[in-house]
Amino acid sequence: MDWRRFGFIALIISVLFGVVVLIGHVQIAPVIIVTSMLATTIAVATPLTLGALCGVYCERAGVVNIGIEGMMLSAAFFGWLAAIYMNTVFGIAPMPSLLGGVAAAILTGGLLGLLHSVLSVTFKVDQIIGGTVINILAVGITGFLNRQLFFEKGSIFGGNVPHAPGVLPRIQIPLLADIPVVGRIFDQQPITWAAILLVLVTHYVLFYTRWGLRTRAVGEHPRAADTVGINVIRMRYANVILGGMLAGLGGAYFTLESVPSFEPLMTNGRGFIALAAMIFGNWTPFGAWAAALVFGAAQALQINMQFFREVIPPQLAILQISYVVGLAPYILTMLILTGIIGKNIPPAADGQPYEK
Amino acid sequence: MQSSEERTSPQTKSILRFLRPTLNALGVPLLAVLTAMIVGGLIIAFAGGDPFMAYIGLFEGAFGTPKALSETAVWASPYIFAGLAVALAFRGGLFNIGAEGQLAFGAVMAALIGYALPGWLHIALPAFIHIPLAVGFGALAGALWAAIPGALKAYTGGHEVINTIMMNYIALNLTSFLLNGPMRDPNPLNVVARTPVIAVNARIPPLFEGFRVHWGFVLALLVAGLVWWLLWKTTLGFEIRTVGANPDAAKYAGINVKRTIVLTMALSGLLAGMAGTIEVTALNYRHELGFSTGYGFDAIAIALLGKTHPLGVVLAALLFAAMRNGGTRMQFLTQIPVDIISVIQALILLFVAADAIIRYIYRIRAREERVVLTRGWGG
Repeated sequence: MDWRRFGFIALIISVLFGVVVLIGHVQIAPVIIVTSMLATTIAVATPLTLGALCGVYCERAGVVNIGIEGMMLSAAFFGWLAAIYMNTVFGIAPMPSLLGGVAAAILTGGLLGLLHSVLSVTFKVDQIIGGTVINILAVGITGFLNRQLFFEKGSIFGGNVPHAPGVLPRIQIPLLADIPVVGRIFDQQPITWAAILLVLVTHYVLFYTRWGLRTRAVGEHPRAADTVGINVIRMRYANVILGGMLAGLGGAYFTLESVPSFEPLMTNGRGFIALAAMIFGNWTPFGAWAAALVFGAAQALQINMQFFREVIPPQLAILQISYVVGLAPYILTMLILTGIIGKNIPPAADGQPYEK
Repeated sequence: MQSSEERTSPQTKSILRFLRPTLNALGVPLLAVLTAMIVGGLIIAFAGGDPFMAYIGLFEGAFGTPKALSETAVWASPYIFAGLAVALAFRGGLFNIGAEGQLAFGAVMAALIGYALPGWLHIALPAFIHIPLAVGFGALAGALWAAIPGALKAYTGGHEVINTIMMNYIALNLTSFLLNGPMRDPNPLNVVARTPVIAVNARIPPLFEGFRVHWGFVLALLVAGLVWWLLWKTTLGFEIRTVGANPDAAKYAGINVKRTIVLTMALSGLLAGMAGTIEVTALNYRHELGFSTGYGFDAIAIALLGKTHPLGVVLAALLFAAMRNGGTRMQFLTQIPVDIISVIQALILLFVAADAIIRYIYRIRAREERVVLTRGWGG
């Protein structure tokens, strides 16, 4: 990950923040706007970060995963379902139910990771098709069960959606969260903290451990790795399942941390954006996180624009149309892919099944 | 097996030899569909439904009455176009995951030409001019939407999978903007994001009085034949397939690979744009936000199920149309959510893609020929 790319990312985030400050400063002090933007950015970047980390593990091991979207959607549903089940059917307290939900979401992601590795590693199915299968399957199964379990007469919940046990509580970092104004940034929910921690862990694992070295070897040159006794198949399975579990945690964000409900298709393409963030970040954990923050900042901008709707000056009226601002991350991604800020270098054996 | 083959007459033998590739090509997809239906039935039973009632409802809803047949054809029309779009791209070694966006953009343009053109020109156009104009502009809009990722792929190496997905979101945002703003139906009673209705002369007529099935379905079948002709009987088709099979070899053979990639994507987008155009000009007579959700992904499954062959695509599109159409009836009869159809479709795709699973279950020998569909990010 070169510094040019980080500089470029910092520049984009500053511009996005600057726009909001420019518009909102007549109403609210700039420092409060920046703080609130930063806090929102970090929070909404969580599923993107986790999805991108999923991509990093899978692709560093040589398996392309475009099924992140489906993994997150399934995990969001099953995590939510498990939490509700534990809370209403078994009468478990809200907090353990939520944690159980998170565990179920991680498990769901892991199982879909297993499915993806069975397809792409064992059966050597085209990996992009394997991912597409997961995406379509996720839409179908979550839509089907959502309606069958909650909205049909005679279903388990008798046609009415039970109340979810709320969302995961905020965790304040001691001392830092007590700083006036800026402290708001250090007051986030657990999956957000976990995502940041996992960025650090992934960087360490990938570049400073034997596991990481083997993972990268399998993704760059599986035959060479095989020759020195690394089990290519097993490394790929393990990393794709691990990646799936991270995507699962990202899915839990939607229904257990952000809002206490599930809606069909609620991941809304975040899995694909995560994939773009991974490429944007050149297959590195820090790069992926930085890229996820760019997309998060664009989303935070959209949220704040609605807030400042009345004070937008007429010459910037175009910003009132949230669709226009909403285009920024997608156009940006396409620009990044052209290689204008340095070449994107995927692992050499990315996407190729290994034939012994 | 061996002995029965020896006993057959030479005529039968030659017929068998002629039929065997067809049977082999059809066998695995058919078994995949069957297996997916069985697994789908198990899921229905597991969720507390009656799988037999469900499939009876599905069949009735798809083929039970002339009206059901007409509706199946109505569903099939965009599926055939969109399936052909994805299949053509696959033949050229490209994965067009953006049929959804190309379709939406095509539909918007077709609607615009359909309702606004007479006003701009201050004359009512006759149908033989207005219909081709609306359809043509819709198709061209789709082509443009796909040519952008195509050009990015050819000249900068940006991967078409990500870029077509990004173009989907851009199309979605743009369509939302247009249908909520400049192109919104000004009727004071209107509360949804949709365009005004298109002019009567821009509408493709129905095939039979009293049924919704329209000439767009016939057009879809004709275009399927045209795509077959293009791919296997023209130089361009040969170039597309060669670039798809081996771009390096294509380059050494003197084929302009970059130009072919852009052209393949544009043609693919043209077909996807047609899918959206047909929905506007022959069925809904306007574009409404969110009508097309899911066509793009269904199209991928259809192209793969049809083994990226135009005839296969038509058959697969008819199957998917029957399932979608019958699904509504199934939900009505048995209260089983229509979403189960997506599950079955994903399972079909799974079993077609991982045909090793099907071959293992039914003990079918592996075939040598393999269509290369996609390559990694490097492409």
